[in-house]
Amino acid sequence: MNKTVNQKAWFLILPVLILVAFSAVIPLMTVVNYSVQDTFGNNQFFWAGLDWFRDMLHSDRMWNALSRQLMFSGIILAIEIPLGIYVALNMPKSGFWSSFCLVLMSLPLLIPWNVVGTIWQIFGRVDIGLLGYTLDALGIDYNYTQNSFHAWVTVIVMDVWHWTSLVALLAFAGLRSIPDAYYQAAKIDQASRWAVFRYIELPKMAGVLMIAILLRFMDSFMIYTEPFVVTGGGPGNATTFLSIDLVKMALGQFDLGPAAAFSLMYFLVILVISWVFYTVMTTLDKREGN
Amino acid sequence: MDWMAWTWPTATFFLVIAGLLLTFTIIAVKFPETPRTGILRIETTRGDRLFITLLGSAFINLAWLGLGLGPQYFALLVCLVYAAAVFRWV
Repeated sequence: MNKTVNQKAWFLILPVLILVAFSAVIPLMTVVNYSVQDTFGNNQFFWAGLDWFRDMLHSDRMWNALSRQLMFSGIILAIEIPLGIYVALNMPKSGFWSSFCLVLMSLPLLIPWNVVGTIWQIFGRVDIGLLGYTLDALGIDYNYTQNSFHAWVTVIVMDVWHWTSLVALLAFAGLRSIPDAYYQAAKIDQASRWAVFRYIELPKMAGVLMIAILLRFMDSFMIYTEPFVVTGGGPGNATTFLSIDLVKMALGQFDLGPAAAFSLMYFLVILVISWVFYTVMTTLDKREGN
Repeated sequence: MDWMAWTWPTATFFLVIAGLLLTFTIIAVKFPETPRTGILRIETTRGDRLFITLLGSAFINLAWLGLGLGPQYFALLVCLVYAAAVFRWV
């Protein structure tokens, strides 16, 4: 515990640092430069100070996009994590069917985002889509292009379809790492199924679940392609999440200054959340190690 | 470097951060340290505390600006107090 930390090893990551400088740090610096200036194109910039940040902090548009985003991430986490665990618990433990399930579940993960969007965009259409047609035939007036609630349900179900298997695969890996002795001990104690889950499986899965939550939160918080393809952010602004709004602002309206200020705040929120998750994960690891 | 649209204030901002990183790197190499557990109940090194300070300072500045609490350099004074608190207690 009292060992000093030798930070010299960090020098070994210098090559990566140089790569990251070109792919992330320099673009980020440029965004910071844009955020305090105004431009009308032609690479001409005018000093604006902190005005864009002030504007953005008082912009209903940004706060609405942020609340929609938080709601979306909250909902998909609340569905995908329990569902993923449930699927993992019910998967065959070994043999042919186990491998079959693993392959089947990785399929959605291999499909590119825009293709997932296109699949669901067509799937939900009332005229040619199986889902839309069936719902219509059942008498449900389903239309994700005009009804905000339907748009939300479609986008959420699409995300659940796309990513629950990631949670399930991670949870399954966590479950597989539990030695049989634990289950035997539980059997001797006549532990109930719930007790086995609560005191053996869940604690042993905590590490991978944390990773699953982090991955799913970050991905859903930055989601762009799928809702853009399915709903285009509509109807109205109903499914305009942060990234969609940001792209509209930066590329659609060419408001580089406000968009830069917006993206820096977006970045800060992501940085804080990543740091919290990272800290919780490493702290959990250390506690398990002790 | 024209395409990066540099200004003196943003250049100064990055120079200060680069200077801080360099200083802390030199300190870390010359005086290796033991991580300690502070009021957040997590182990932190000097570098962690610098990160918490910088990230927190960004939010202090944004809050100051958003709530319209006065000239921005006062927010920097609050950040200095916050930095001292982080390095002392976290």
